[in-house]
Amino acid sequence: MSRARRLGQGGYVDRSRPIRFTLDGRSYAGFAGDTLASALLACGVRIIGRSFKYHRPRGFLCAGAEEPNGLFTLGSGARTTPNTPGTMTELTEGLIAACQNGWPSVRFDLMSVLSLAAPIIGAGFYYKTFMGPRRRSWMFYEPFIRRAAGLGRAVHQRDPDRYETRHHHADVLVIGAGPAGISAARAAARTGARVLLCEQDFLVGGSLLGEGAGALEALRTEELAGLATLEVMTRTTAAGLYDSNTVVLVERRDHARPDPARGDAREILKIVQARAIVFATGAIERPLVFAGNDLPGVMLAGAVRCYLHRYAVLLGERIVVATTDDAAWQAATELAAAGAHVTLLDERAEVGGELLRRAAASAATVVLGAQVRAARGRRGVRGVRFVSPQYPSGHELPCDLLCMSGGWSPVLHLTSHTGIKPAYRADLDAFVPGGYAAGHFGAGALTGAASAAAALETGSAAGLRAAQHAGYGREASVPAAAPGVAVAPAAPARPRDAHWGKAFVDFQNDVTTRDVATAYTEGYESVEHLKRYTTLGMGTEQGKTSNVNALRQMAQLRGIDVPAAGTTTFRPPYTPVSIGALAGRNLGQHFRPVRRSPLHDWHLANGATMIEAGPWLRAWYYAWAGADAETAYVEEMRLVRSGVGLSDVSSLGKIDVQGPDAGEFLNRLYVNEFARLPVGKARYGVMLNDDATVLDDGTTARFGETRYFMTTTTAQAAEVMSRLEFLLQTAWTDLRVQVASVTDQWAGMAIAGPRARAALALALPGIDVSDAALPFMGCQEVDFAGVPLRILRLSFSGELAFELYVPSDCGTALWQHLLASAQGLGIRPYGLEALASLRIEKGHVAGLELDHRNTLDDLGLGKMARTSKPFVGRELRGRPELQAPERWSLVGLECQEPAARLRGGAILFAPADPIQGHGRGYITSVTWSTQLNRFIALGLYQGGLAHAGEEVLCAYPLRGELVRAKIVSPVFIDPAGERLRA
Amino acid sequence: MLIPCPHCGERDYREFRYAGDASKARPPLGSTDIAAWHDYVFLFDNPKGGHREYWQHVLGCRRWLVLERDTATNVVGRSWWPSEGSPG
Ligand SMILES: [Zn+2]
Repeated sequence: MSRARRLGQGGYVDRSRPIRFTLDGRSYAGFAGDTLASALLACGVRIIGRSFKYHRPRGFLCAGAEEPNGLFTLGSGARTTPNTPGTMTELTEGLIAACQNGWPSVRFDLMSVLSLAAPIIGAGFYYKTFMGPRRRSWMFYEPFIRRAAGLGRAVHQRDPDRYETRHHHADVLVIGAGPAGISAARAAARTGARVLLCEQDFLVGGSLLGEGAGALEALRTEELAGLATLEVMTRTTAAGLYDSNTVVLVERRDHARPDPARGDAREILKIVQARAIVFATGAIERPLVFAGNDLPGVMLAGAVRCYLHRYAVLLGERIVVATTDDAAWQAATELAAAGAHVTLLDERAEVGGELLRRAAASAATVVLGAQVRAARGRRGVRGVRFVSPQYPSGHELPCDLLCMSGGWSPVLHLTSHTGIKPAYRADLDAFVPGGYAAGHFGAGALTGAASAAAALETGSAAGLRAAQHAGYGREASVPAAAPGVAVAPAAPARPRDAHWGKAFVDFQNDVTTRDVATAYTEGYESVEHLKRYTTLGMGTEQGKTSNVNALRQMAQLRGIDVPAAGTTTFRPPYTPVSIGALAGRNLGQHFRPVRRSPLHDWHLANGATMIEAGPWLRAWYYAWAGADAETAYVEEMRLVRSGVGLSDVSSLGKIDVQGPDAGEFLNRLYVNEFARLPVGKARYGVMLNDDATVLDDGTTARFGETRYFMTTTTAQAAEVMSRLEFLLQTAWTDLRVQVASVTDQWAGMAIAGPRARAALALALPGIDVSDAALPFMGCQEVDFAGVPLRILRLSFSGELAFELYVPSDCGTALWQHLLASAQGLGIRPYGLEALASLRIEKGHVAGLELDHRNTLDDLGLGKMARTSKPFVGRELRGRPELQAPERWSLVGLECQEPAARLRGGAILFAPADPIQGHGRGYITSVTWSTQLNRFIALGLYQGGLAHAGEEVLCAYPLRGELVRAKIVSPVFIDPAGERLRA
Repeated sequence: MLIPCPHCGERDYREFRYAGDASKARPPLGSTDIAAWHDYVFLFDNPKGGHREYWQHVLGCRRWLVLERDTATNVVGRSWWPSEGSPG
């Protein structure tokens, strides 16, 4: 327990609204407006965690997003969220919080014995101990180490909450609603520009919230609501900056108790596209590096000031403020004014007279030239040892709170995300953005502005410039760039020899000055090596408080300047982003769109088992034929070969091609002749890519002088459509042709089998479906019951077959009508598996063979090409490599072992080959043949049908199978095509 | 990234499909100049910086367009219809 106490007045907390919460099962209370951190501190809770490696007791260091120690696991059950900084957790009624990394509790942590073992777990501990010759020991130690080290744990239950993604467009995005950001947003919005102002905190005001004395009120933030083009987003962190002014924001909505059942989002990922961006991200105070600087009660001076003014919590009675610059003097005088006994230790031997006058007016005692050497205490700070001109051998002061200020680091993470290197400014002893991309502007403490007045000035200038970049307020004159803001030079906060114990550089990862020295001694001098060797700057905090101190020590060890030591690269996100926010609504079935046939509901209601085929859900097989795919598809094949079956082919790509030059267009696209296709006829065609590999195949029917109906494979529908548009819009702009995708407008179904014509005749009385009226490859467009019906006599299965197309909304009606009318003929539906198997028996190539690597000749379709006319791919088809006889080309395969089966993907070898490597080809498609009573397959084989009649070995190493098969023609049934012409 | 579609105006890049280098002229239909086809189909520069490329507004007007884009920074320049040629 500390001597912290809540003041009776002041602050941005609502004392009339107490809020109860629990920490590790114990009840506490704070006020509305508190964070978990401020409420715990006000309740006197000082130890809130154990450190990563050494399990040292830790308290809050900061009051903002950079907090390295005060991480909690929030919530319970499936809503458990680990590693949340208490400094950013808005207190809500009933909040359940748990400390991390302490066992059995953070106050009595048995693991702290590790502190005594510190010498063996310093820098490079993991590498040295568990890699190389002693690697086996990792097996032994791993479970122990994983338990002892680390942060919070995620739960494995499904996250019940809802997350969303939104897109925003703005003229000006202002990041950070401190004085600079507010004045930038105000200046930009006054020009009429659409402005977004985002702030990670739940209140706007930034540093002003921690300045007291009406600092925030002077900014008149209530006026922001009156600016029509300004939108303020609180609880919204800018996580990353990306190319072309894209910024990803994450809004947290836990305060609103989002209910997923009502559709409320817990977090919203906002992708902002801005014409100009103002970075007003402020600065983070740096710790001083001395022994025991991690003790609970040792805190950043600005944070202590923030707790005092924003939350009205005075964190100690005997306070020592240790600083290297001016900023902490304010903290010292204000803490004294609040009633604490304050001693100020400044490393500088001389400071400005104004500072001394103000300090003298307060009750604070000032010691100049004083360097802190160590903080004393076990579970909290109890004293501080320092040296000064008066006490060259050291002096100790008792205290219950030690505030430190080692200078400020501008928050330049976002500008670094696009690759702009930070630049060191000696006058600030800090890195600032090394430049700004076009349309990017910096303001406030990010640019080194040290006072609120300077922040306001740089803010309004940046806001106006940003608006002008976006095309607004061009007439306004922008005040000249704010002059270099005068700040008293800071004394470089050099790390001291830590004779008295551990001096921490990185609190979250337990990296001490000794670890940095070890890394240097062992040659890990580069900043990137230092980071990886010591884990410095990793974890949730990513070096926000540690980076510069580590750089400075390394620079000192190497005898070079800080900028020469470099700086590490910052990458998104600025603070951790939940996986839920990144996933948004793209979960489960919403991961990608699902395409459904117009007959989908019928399939489900009539015993179909569905299967994914690309984005489509298609009927795989039907329950009437069997309980599983293996038995059902064979039964469905028998139905088509012996009777009549009906299959849904609505997923085929359908393209309406119209215009006076449509015939010429098709003639250029397809390898075969299309210019003289008569009206009322359809033709099978193949299209090539420019490189002469096969793009797609399909049928195009001519329904009128200038009207054609093209079908494509399901898989290539979008690709073919784009290709047609490309050629018409870029290469053949003289052709008078229009194309439109009508895939969704037409339901398609295939009726196939020896009784197909009889079935159609029953279903379509009055329509002539005789061989004379509708010969093989004939097509008709008729009116059936007031609905346009397209009938194409095509066959994919090799049987007598027709394809029927009706407008999608009539699909189910026609389907049911066909089944009902032809019931007496034994008609049944058949699914995708049987459809694909029937085509294998017939030797039709499909998606598995059309993989954009095979040529027309590879697929045995070379004779189709009409080389006397130009078509896409004709020229490159003649390349010698594509004509080589040893190319892999299409073959049929018959299984020679009755008890064995062929498998797709099996590798083909000649009998004398060693079974290794890529073989001479592979199997593309396999089915059981009801006609041949054995497994058959299509495949690609070196030299192709030149090897017809030879035996090959089909190797399937995943199952250790080696099966004999014979190379045969890929057309297994009815090679003369008598059935389909019946 | 916002892409200026000559028909629809500035739209988010997610509405478009990237379709490669637009700096090569397609040999005329029926050209039997194998070298020209080879160059058009297979040989592309991979510049860091300014690039002329095809995009198709697939989730919009479905028009193909030529866009100037900096491959290093994704800064987008002008766009025009392929049939009209570069504006200069
Ligand atoms: Zn468009």
